[in-house]
Amino acid sequence: MTGYSPRREISLRTREALHGYGFILIWVVGFLLFTLLPLIETFRYSFNQVTVTTASINLNFVEWANYTRALFTDPNFIELLIGYTIETLVSVPIVLIFAMIIAMFLNLKFKFKGLFRVIFFLPIVITSGPVIKELTAQGAAAAPGISTIPAVIEFLEQLPRALRSPVEYLLTSFILILWFSGVQILIYLASLQKVDRSIYEAAAIDGASSWATFWKIILPSLSTATVVNAIYTIVSLSHFSENKVIRYIYDRTYDVQGGIGYASAMAFIYFGVMIILLTIVYLFLQQWARRGTR
Amino acid sequence: MSIFHHPVIQRFRWLLFGSRAHRGLTMNAALYALLIAIGFVYLQPLLFMFVTSIKSPDDLLNPMVQWVPTEFYLGNYIKGLRVLNYSNTLMASAAMSIVPSMLQVIVASVVGYGLARYRFRGKPLIFILLLATFLIPPQNTVIPQMLTYRNLGLLGNPLALILPAVMGQGYKSAIFILIFYQSYISFPKVLEESARLDGASDMRVFLTLAVPSALPAYIVSFIFSIVWYWNETFLTVIFLEGGVTTLPMQLSKFTQAYENLYPPGTVNIFDRLNEAVKMSGTFLNILPLLVMYFILQKWFVESVEMTGITGE
Repeated sequence: MTGYSPRREISLRTREALHGYGFILIWVVGFLLFTLLPLIETFRYSFNQVTVTTASINLNFVEWANYTRALFTDPNFIELLIGYTIETLVSVPIVLIFAMIIAMFLNLKFKFKGLFRVIFFLPIVITSGPVIKELTAQGAAAAPGISTIPAVIEFLEQLPRALRSPVEYLLTSFILILWFSGVQILIYLASLQKVDRSIYEAAAIDGASSWATFWKIILPSLSTATVVNAIYTIVSLSHFSENKVIRYIYDRTYDVQGGIGYASAMAFIYFGVMIILLTIVYLFLQQWARRGTR
Repeated sequence: MSIFHHPVIQRFRWLLFGSRAHRGLTMNAALYALLIAIGFVYLQPLLFMFVTSIKSPDDLLNPMVQWVPTEFYLGNYIKGLRVLNYSNTLMASAAMSIVPSMLQVIVASVVGYGLARYRFRGKPLIFILLLATFLIPPQNTVIPQMLTYRNLGLLGNPLALILPAVMGQGYKSAIFILIFYQSYISFPKVLEESARLDGASDMRVFLTLAVPSALPAYIVSFIFSIVWYWNETFLTVIFLEGGVTTLPMQLSKFTQAYENLYPPGTVNIFDRLNEAVKMSGTFLNILPLLVMYFILQKWFVESVEMTGITGE
């Protein structure tokens, strides 16, 4: 080891770094070309009236007009945005709790476990936009048998509007919400399998009930996975191609009036709302995790 | 000694309610009942889809027929296959998910390896940007890309989907890069160093030692990538429309395509578009993935253990 002179040490380091850059170079170029540049370009569009002809793209600077139109003039967009926020905030806890329960079941030892695993991961392969759209259109995604009971319909009509839409959403898309938990179950399961079995045994010997074991051992050990899962859930719900806001933005892109510029402004507002949601959920879970470990 | 502590009774209680060491019969029964109930609710849309898709027009109108059709009617599938233009769209879907997936996985593994095995400045920045590519919604970047492709005459060309994949910006690339980062970071340094002492180059170490050691990560990434590309419709519609038609793209215009083949004014009432035909189309759409899932299910359900992802 002492044979190396400091100079050589440095050059080795530099060489290692250069080789490292060599491996990631293609990604950096791709990031600039396919993510950063288009992102900046879309941002620029959002301040312009964009007209596309066969030969060229003409920009006409309009300041904040596209943003004010989306936020103050267009009644649909704000309504869809509120709907999206509510639906996301309703779905995330359901996905997390459901994924956690299923993962804990699958972490037990029992016969036919393989069969149940196959069932619970099945939605990973079938949740595509058009399929979900067809299923929702046929009412196949509703909580089975509940949303058609007359008493439930009557009860829903009594509810104030603010409360009614989340409940309605819950009833009509219950199974779809559950279907977004495939990857999350995988992540929870991996975290559960990392917990040392001897901790459970020690807890059992100390006389801890399984209830106490869950709150004191299992749940705290799942806090990282919960944050990862929450982020994953929000992102996959927000990027889902049948998401109503995305559909709306997409449809507006081809409008003659406003068109690309307006759609770009809405895309950025939507992205902003998504980041706010992510931050809220993240901070909330951090707070909760800290209290859990105390 | 009270009667409850008699050995026979004790045995019986263990059998029924279990002990610390094993679950009793009641616990087991409750577990299975719960799992079956959840499993049924979970699969209900799929069952509904399948049952509806084999209903004849008579069964659809008959309010007595709910979950058990009176006959196994294949007419819907014959129409569904025609409307979806199945052999063509199936091939297109297969090509449009396998090719980008392969390229995306190869590139993701190279990038993940670089991040895991080399020390260099700016690595935290790369991770932040990786996270950013995962978070940025596609509609925030898709319009300029579409316009550029249009200028280059690449709209409707498979290259429009392949190029980003080659540059590590494919669909959910960030996840695959992180998977490879995780599996390469646990690859023993000793093996690498001994190969280097034998004079192996970086590329050689990567190809002959690292890649074989991470084979499960490649397989898992590849099949997840295929599934996600297959189901992706937002980007495929924008980039491929007019050139290539994948199965989900054709499904999303099912009604229109149906009415082109069977104009509503001219066909008899039994040939009108009904939910049974729609469901058969939907089922045909997911059938290839279902087959793949059941063949490769081990790779799906054990993917996390196989790739050594730790959940960080």
